[in-house]
Amino acid sequence: MNSQETRKFRLPLRQYLAEKSIRGLLFGSGVLSIFVTISIVVILVVESVKFFGYEDVTLLKFLTDTQWTPLFADKHFGIMPLLVGTLMVAFIALLVALPLGLLSAIYLSEYAKPRIRSVLKPLLEILAGIPTVVYGYFALVTVTPFLKQIVPGLGVFNALSAGLVMGIMILPMVSSLSEDAIRVVPDSLRRASVALGATKFETTTRVVVPASLSGVVSAFILAASRAIGETMIVAIAAGMNPTLTFSPLRSIETMTAYIVQVSLGDTPVGTLEYQSIFAVGMALFVMTLFFNIISHFVVKRYREVYQ
Amino acid sequence: MAQQTSRNQQEEIFPGKPVKSLGEKNPNIERSHTRGTVFKWIAIGAAGIAVVVLAVLLIDIFSDGTVRLSKDFLTEYPSRHPEEAGIKSAIYGSIWVMVFTVLFSLPLGVATAFYLEEFAPKNKITETININIANLAAVPSIVYGILGLALFVRFFALGRSVLAGALTMGLLILPIIIIASREAIRGVPSSIREASMGLGATKWQTVRHHILPQAFPGILTGTILALSRAVGETAPLIMIGALTFVPFVPGNIETFSDIIADPLALITFAPMDGFTVLPIQIFNWVSRPQAAFHVAAAGAIVVLLIILLSMNALAIFLRYRFEKKGSQTR
Repeated sequence: MNSQETRKFRLPLRQYLAEKSIRGLLFGSGVLSIFVTISIVVILVVESVKFFGYEDVTLLKFLTDTQWTPLFADKHFGIMPLLVGTLMVAFIALLVALPLGLLSAIYLSEYAKPRIRSVLKPLLEILAGIPTVVYGYFALVTVTPFLKQIVPGLGVFNALSAGLVMGIMILPMVSSLSEDAIRVVPDSLRRASVALGATKFETTTRVVVPASLSGVVSAFILAASRAIGETMIVAIAAGMNPTLTFSPLRSIETMTAYIVQVSLGDTPVGTLEYQSIFAVGMALFVMTLFFNIISHFVVKRYREVYQ
Repeated sequence: MAQQTSRNQQEEIFPGKPVKSLGEKNPNIERSHTRGTVFKWIAIGAAGIAVVVLAVLLIDIFSDGTVRLSKDFLTEYPSRHPEEAGIKSAIYGSIWVMVFTVLFSLPLGVATAFYLEEFAPKNKITETININIANLAAVPSIVYGILGLALFVRFFALGRSVLAGALTMGLLILPIIIIASREAIRGVPSSIREASMGLGATKWQTVRHHILPQAFPGILTGTILALSRAVGETAPLIMIGALTFVPFVPGNIETFSDIIADPLALITFAPMDGFTVLPIQIFNWVSRPQAAFHVAAAGAIVVLLIILLSMNALAIFLRYRFEKKGSQTR
């Protein structure tokens, strides 16, 4: 504070103004990111309000109706089928990604030799960098035909194959975030555990992982948020058939896939069908935001700070 | 380096093999060692599955797609006949979108990063910006598509243009660029800051002449990685209405002589033209029932993956090169 005051008087006016305006410019770009969030919220709210302003569309029906048929003559706007589809695919993905991701993280940080680690980490990064549309292709063209041989009654489009591939897609994220959390556990805890006679397995599962639990849990929640918001895999491999079903073998439609479906078609701007994507987008945004906040909270509230 | 030492220490804590007991074997200890070995192999298996899937995916796609790789595939427009379809318009579109995305998001991202690292006071606004950026990084990409559709396509009336797509992509990768740039800036030793300020430089002079050059390689690497994310993004561009069948390139600028003939078109017609990008072309072909289109999609994926891998390789190369140079001057 003090040094700034004195510099203010020492600097020539021109330079002082330049300094100030640069600072203002940089501040402006920082604030712009807040405006991005504000615009997202404003757009979603305003357009969703328009949607709920239509006849026959109420928030209650939106949340409780079990049919989603905006493109039919008999229109129903119940988000249930989309929501169940979304959660089912996400659930399958998490069944794959959470255990595999955590175990890989444990292996990488506790067991792997530096040389193996230096090979494995970049490989996982490549996996994380593959575009989702490529995973979609993989799910539809490779995984589904393969699964058909094992699982009878599997549709061409199905939640199972989309979910499994999505699980592989988010695995690197779970693994890398969990590994970061596990690696900050100080060696003193490991030493203490071993000194008390614990084996490496006991040390890992009863000391190291519990100590890093907040970071691991927050990684899991972020993974869930990512799975819910994922678009291309489900749009390609899970189908575009909004039926309320709990069978992973059938074609379903997720919230994200519905948004893609409408924007691909030639639905005129301003119609009820068109407006519905904003309501679905709003639901999606609220859900992911909720997960992100929880994850943030978990880290903040339960983190054990080691010196 | 620091990691290396902590690893070595750990090797000491845990000797590779359990110590053989001299007397009678204790069944409890035996059991817990077995359990440990089993767990270790399960963990290895988990990490191995990821690698195996990666290998299967790459082999599968390359074996499907390489048959389509030819000069014609790269220089032909899409077609109703899968055997004749090419990805020329998709490649041009991807390049156009990327160029404008960088022009928009790099200055903005770097400026924000410098503000937060070097200038920002510790107050509520700064904290809000921080939380906000972390949050933006986790917003699903399709929501950015909705934003782009409402804001750029309709409100600013840019239409379904290259520019609208690039601005949407720019917002999408902005948080990534900010986070990467901040890390690069944080890596500049504070002694440099102090020396510069001590010699009477202003904050901006310090940033401009000392911190920016030092942090530049890191920023560059982060930007390339962020861009490689944008190259593969599909959903937001579908939302803003990038077309699926595009038999032209933006602004009809195909060769260097076109640029020389009408250089203004580069900034007037082309950014406002309709476009498609590689991932959308892939999506379009995958969505068709004919197997021949799936093969074309695999071919396009091979091209996309090669582009992505070379971008990643470039980033790694730059990081390595500048790191080496940095250690020599130090």
